[in-house]
Formats: sequence, C-alpha cells, structure tokens
Amino acid sequence: MDPIIRISQLSKTYASGLHALNSVSLDIRRGEIFALLGPNGAGKTTLIGITCGLVRPTSGTVLAGGHDVVRDYRAARRLIGLVPQELTTDAFETVTATVTFSRGLFGKPRDPARIERVLRQLSLWDKRNDKIMTLSGGMKRRVMIAKALAHEPQILFLDEPSAGVDVELRRDMWDMVRALREEGVTIILTTHYIEEAEEMADRVGVINHGELVLVEDKHALMRKLGRKQLTLELPERLEHLPDALAGSGLELSGGGAELVYVFAPGDEREQITGLLRRLDAAGVAFRNLHTQQSSLEDIFVDLVRGDRAREGAGVGER
Amino acid sequence: MNHHAIAAIYRFEMARTFRTLVQSIVAPVISTSLYFVVFGSAIGARMTEIDGVSYGAFIVPGLVMLSILTESISNASFGIYMPKWSGTIYEVLSAPVTPLEIVLGYVGAAATKSVLIGAIILATAGFFVPLQVAHPVVMVAFLVLTSVTFSLFGFILGVWADGFEQLQIVPLLVVTPLAFLGGSFYSIHMLPEPWRTITLFNPVVYLISGFRWSFYGVSDVGVATSLLMTLGFLVACAAVVGWIFRTGYRLKA
Repeated sequence: MDPIIRISQLSKTYASGLHALNSVSLDIRRGEIFALLGPNGAGKTTLIGITCGLVRPTSGTVLAGGHDVVRDYRAARRLIGLVPQELTTDAFETVTATVTFSRGLFGKPRDPARIERVLRQLSLWDKRNDKIMTLSGGMKRRVMIAKALAHEPQILFLDEPSAGVDVELRRDMWDMVRALREEGVTIILTTHYIEEAEEMADRVGVINHGELVLVEDKHALMRKLGRKQLTLELPERLEHLPDALAGSGLELSGGGAELVYVFAPGDEREQITGLLRRLDAAGVAFRNLHTQQSSLEDIFVDLVRGDRAREGAGVGER
Repeated sequence: MNHHAIAAIYRFEMARTFRTLVQSIVAPVISTSLYFVVFGSAIGARMTEIDGVSYGAFIVPGLVMLSILTESISNASFGIYMPKWSGTIYEVLSAPVTPLEIVLGYVGAAATKSVLIGAIILATAGFFVPLQVAHPVVMVAFLVLTSVTFSLFGFILGVWADGFEQLQIVPLLVVTPLAFLGGSFYSIHMLPEPWRTITLFNPVVYLISGFRWSFYGVSDVGVATSLLMTLGFLVACAAVVGWIFRTGYRLKA
C-alpha cells in the first residue's frame, strides 16, 4: 500500500542560517500511529510545519495522500488536521463558533451534527457556548483538537499533545487517538513523553539535529535496543563470584548482595534455565529475583547520547 | 473556489464587528456627529458657500471618506494582525485556501464594515444638513472601491506590523494627515500655490474629489482622473498582497 505521507530528502535552512532539517526521508503508513521523538530543536516541529504548509521547504518534497504539499497544496491540506504545540486559541469566540469556523476553513459545509459529535467526544459539549478565554488550559487543548478534527482529516498531526496536560486528559487523549486509528485516521505525534510513544505508537522515529537517526517498529526497536536485565538478590553477601560461575555472564553487584545478568538478544527462557542450573550446581542460593526491561526512554536517551558522543569524538559530523 | 472557507473567514470577521458594536459602529458615528456640530452648525453657519454648496453639506463627502479610510485600514489590519499576534494564523496558513480566498474573506469583511459605517454616517449627516446625491451609482462605486482599496492597504499593514504601535502609527501619522490635507474640509482651489500643486500628489484628494462630485456634481479634479487614481491604488495594493503570499513575507518562515 502507498504510504499516506512520503517525505523525500527534505531540508530546511532558516533565514538565520539554522539547518533545521537535513535531507530527511520518511514514509508514514496509512492508518498507523507514528511517534516522532527528539530533543528540543531537533527539527520535529519544522518537519510538521513543512508538511502542513506553515514553513517553506528549502529542498525536497512531501507528498500527502499522493499530493505534493507545495504544488498541490489544496488537495494535500484537505487531508490534514494539525494540533500545534503552542496553546493558541481565539479568546472571545465560543467553542462551537471556533470549531465551526475550522470546518468551513477546510472547505466542508456546515454540519452541526458532526460538530456535536466531536465536541462530545472531547467532553466539550457542556462548554460549547462558553467563550474560549474562560476555559482552563486543558480545555483549550481539547478545543484545539476539536478544531483539527472538525473537517474529518485522514491525517492528524499532534505536536506535543501532552504538553501542560493533566493525567486525566492525557489518558482521554490516548483513548481518542486509538479510537481515531480505529476509524482509519493516520496519526503522527511528536512528544517528549516517551511514555506516550511507548503507550500508543506503532512505529517510532528518532530525530536529532535535523536528521532522522532511526525509524523502527516500536516492538522491534525495544527488542533490538532494549536491554533486559535479571537481578538475583542473595541471602548472604558474596566476596567474589564463585569460580563455577565464571564466564556465565553473571556479575556481582550491590556490594556483593546481588547477582546481575544482562540478557543477550535471543531466547531469554533458554538463557534463564541454563543460568539457574549453573547457580544450583555452584551452590548459590537466592531469595528473590526480578527482571527489568529498558523503556523506550532509555533507548531514546542512549541514542541521543550516542549521537552526541560521536559528535564529541568528531565522528559522524555533519 | 473554496467558498466555505471564504464564508467562514467572512462570518468570523463580521462576528468580531458585531461583538464590538460600540467601538466598531457607534464610535465613528459619534465622532462624525461632533464634526457636524462643530464645523457644520457652529462654524459652518458663518462660512460662505463653496462651489454653490453650503459648508455643512460640502464637508459630508470628505467626512465619510475620512471615516472609511481610517476604519478600513484599522479593521483589515486588526483582522489579520490579531491571528498573527495570537498564533491562530497557523490554521489559515495550513488550510486548503488560496491567497485570493483569504483576502476575499478578510478584506471583504473589513470593506463590508466600512461601507456600513459610510452608510450610517451619511444617514447621520442627513439629520444635520440637507443631503442630495446627484450620481448615486458613482457614489456607491466610490464608496465600495475606496473601502476595498483601503482594506487591502490595511491588510498589508497588518501583515507588515510586528507590534500594536506600528498598527496605530500608520493611520495616525500618515492616513489621517493625508485625509485632512486632501480636501475633506476645503476645496483645494482655495489653497495658494505651491500648496495646490503639492496637494495633487496626495492620493486622498482624488478619492474625496470624486466622491464629492457624485453628491454635488462639482469636483477639484476630473471624476475620470479620480476613478483612475483610485483604481491605480487598488491595483498597487493588490500587487503587494500578491507578493506577500508569493514570498510568504512575515507569514511563513
């Protein structure tokens, strides 16, 4: 199936000389939830800005639904809904008025039933006649999402959707995003909250210094880069690792109170069985054991750090 | 043509007008009424007729133009500057709309408001002086043309401005003096040389002169010249707006 968004060799240099994007190529699959991760200033918002028409690309192309976002912008933009990072709303208009405005702006005829559905979905129906300036920050965020959904987009960009949002709204938003995916909407979200990407994304892209460091299926990424570690708590401290366990991969930790094993990629069950057998043979008992798996956040931090380290060493300089 | 978008912007802007009814419509009516009281009734009674027209009636077209110029600029510039300032412009820039549709929405609403204000001021003037309109079609044409032209100018100002001060300064320091010196309150024939010639470089002279001709059949410059000059300014403003959208000037990074 054709990707719903095809970004090819996209670069952006701002008038200030800042290279925000450097030949980024990326395909977004129809109907997926794609999380774009990256530190501040990595180029996430520029990438979204170019796709949505807010920023002019220096070179490269972006196709949305097969339409070039510059040459055939009208057809491309009809497909896209955008919830920007900044909380920017009108102040004096009512919730209904501003959402109705958005629908019209994107070329759709008035449809009060559709507006009602969106407002109810976002728990805004009770506030429909309130002026936006009287709403809380979280409610304003909901209004921005409602505006982006008013024209029934096929692609939804959520730029840092959880910024300044309380836990309840974040959970609501995740539910809503999943429901939208069920309806076939493709969702691209940028986030600082790795938890958010881990919770929702099908695929993850990491962008740093304007370059796409990796794009990977979330589970594959966690399998490939995620570290799984087994910790055995010992009943008594050990001075040193028994000779019988040398070369087993076990290391003494916590001042001799723990044995730690880092799994090699592969069959974990096999490794655990072998390990326990060797422990038994060496006469080492343990009173508790637990495993720990690195989160997407750990992976992300490692990747970005690795990038920095390479830069520091003068390797991979751009 | 994305007519839903044009309608959405137009309605949104007109709603802003009606939300601020006092500031939008009542204020210009009151200030114009004050002009009539001072210049029309109090001072005008001691003035001789100009070109066969009583002074109170003579200043009506100039006052209407003065209000239309300032209102068109102020409405259109605020209309586009506010979303730029608050950041909500992102929605218009990311919408499937052409520059023409954006301009039709914003400038159309600002011009509509100006025409409304012009009509209200004329009606108000009718209470103070006997009004006659010799060429109603030309009168409406000048009213609409000037409203559209200066709304376009206001749109340019709103895109260019990066602060509220700039938004105020151009109408205050450029447009109001040009309107006052453009023959709102006198015929330029009353000026001595070289001021009379210098005044001909003021574009507002042509607007007021043409507009006054549509009322009383008398003018400082030929009505065809007035019309051409106004159209010329309209084309110039439209060209600048076209350039703004082509280059993304102050709208897109």
